[in-house]
Formats: sequence, structure tokens, C-alpha cells
Amino acid sequence: MTQTDFVKLVMPFKDKVFRLAKRLLVSKEEAEDATQEILMKLWNNKQKIAEYKNVEAFSMTMTKNFCLDRLKSKQAQNLKIVHSNYQDNNTSLQKQVEANDSVDWVSKIIEELPEQQKIILQLRDIEEYDFEEIAKMLDMNETAIRVSLSRARKTIREKLTNTHSYGIK
Amino acid sequence: MVLNSIEKLLEKYDNCETSLKEEQKLKAYFAQEEVAPHLESYRVMFQYFNNTKQELYTKDVPLKPRRNYIYQWISVAAVAVLMFSVFTQINKPVEPTQEQLLAYNQTMEALNLVSSKFNQGTQQMGAFNLVSSNLNKGTESMAYVGEFGKTTNKIFKNK
Repeated sequence: MTQTDFVKLVMPFKDKVFRLAKRLLVSKEEAEDATQEILMKLWNNKQKIAEYKNVEAFSMTMTKNFCLDRLKSKQAQNLKIVHSNYQDNNTSLQKQVEANDSVDWVSKIIEELPEQQKIILQLRDIEEYDFEEIAKMLDMNETAIRVSLSRARKTIREKLTNTHSYGIK
Repeated sequence: MVLNSIEKLLEKYDNCETSLKEEQKLKAYFAQEEVAPHLESYRVMFQYFNNTKQELYTKDVPLKPRRNYIYQWISVAAVAVLMFSVFTQINKPVEPTQEQLLAYNQTMEALNLVSSKFNQGTQQMGAFNLVSSNLNKGTESMAYVGEFGKTTNKIFKNK
């Protein structure tokens, strides 16, 4: 497998990997590092890539595991403190996102969700995967995923309604 | 009418019973600026989802083809073997051939012969030594003669 082949294979889902990493690790730099790590791992095992049934799903699983590991590790705990009030004004997109205050709230609310729900919400509502695919990626059954997702959606909406009607937060 | 169906979809959405297509419908609906005020919170949520989806990974990944280090190690080993063989070749003690041995033995024999005759010569030289020691004795006795001469001279002068 040459570099171009690999890039072609990876292209469609590298952003998804990045976004999932960012969802879990919060910091953009951390997410970039994680994405790079994942892609490097894939590249180093490129002989085995043909054996994988679904490289994308496999990568997403890898990303999930990698990020959870990072969060568990001591290093990441330090980072969490550093980045708890982290703001990145570099990208214009980021500004665009943050321009809309209430949209920014959503990301803060999602940040407070449990990891499991974060991942599921990310995969379903942002990356738009089938429940079946998500079930494979996370090694869970679909019902559990639905329940978890439903909880996440309801939590977000509840909190958003609160901010909207009472102006708290 | 539209609102009605959207509300129904939203209810399903909250319970996670919507399909991807239905969710896309919802997203399309909430992409517009104006929505019913009681659905504002949904609009914010879906807008966030849409925005987030546009975030891209822009960093380059340094993809280095994995180098095969085994060739390097083989060359290192080859150099080591080469050096070792050269070293042993240089330090190997030279084995004398049959002819060389013969010549060596013959010269040794000849030299032995010479040295044995040499010793015989020294025995004869011993005789010279004897002579020379006797000669010294002779000179000593000659000293007496000299002494004798002196006294006789004295006598002659006195006369």
C-alpha cells in the first residue's frame, strides 16, 4: 500500500476521527495529536488494513479507546485542568461557532455529559452513523445505545430550555 | 401542518426512534433562521451539530515509509566479518616450508661446528695466556736485573 492509497483510504473519515477526539479531549491540540496518533497507527499496520472489514468503524473504535485512555492517564488529568477554561480563537470557524452564544452553550452542555453519552451523541447526531454501526464501534447493543442517546438529547434540551427561559448560566 | 409533522418527529427524536433520514429532515428544518419560538432550543442544538460537522482536521500527518533496518544491520555485520578476517590473516604466524627448515637446520649444524672448533681454538689460546703470564714473570725478574744494574752503577760512580 502506497502513501497515496493510504491517504485516499483515510481521507473520508479523518475528520470524523478528529471531531470525536475533540469531543472527548476538548482541546483542539490534544485532538490533533490523537488523530495523528491514530493515523500513524493505521499506517504502521498497513499490511493488516486489508483484513479489517470496515476500516472506518475500526478507526473510530480505536479513537474512542485511545481518547479514553488519554483521559485516564495522569498527563491528561493535568491537561484537563489546563484546558478547563480553554478558548481557541485561532480559526475563523471557531469564531463563527462561538459568535452564536447559545450554540456555544450546547458544546458546554455536551462537555458535561458522561463520556459514553458524549461518544454516542457525537457518532449519531454529528457524524450520522447508523445505530448498527455505532453498536459495532462501541461493542454495545442497540437498545443500550438508544437509551443512552435519548438521555443525552433530553439532558441537552432540558439545560438549553433552562438557559433560554431563565437566563441562568 | 409542517410544524405538526416536525413536532411529531421531534418527539420520536427525543426517544431515539427516528431514522437517519428523518433526522436529516429535522436538521434541514432547523437550518432556517426562523422557527417556532417553543422549538428554539432544538434549533440551537441542531445548529451546533451542523457547525461542528464542518470542523476539519487540517494538520498534516508525517507518513514515513517504514524503513527496513535489517539491511543496515546486515552491512554492519558484513563489515565486522571483513575486519575480523583481515585481522586474522595479518596476524597468522607464517609456517616455514620444508626447504626453509632444511636450510635452517643445515646452517645451524654448520654454525655448531664452527662454535665447537672455536672452543678448541680458545684452548690453544690458553697456551698463549700461559706464555704471556710467564712473560710478565720474566719482566718482574728483569726488574731485579734493573735494580742490580742501578747498584752496580752506583758502585762505578763511587769509584
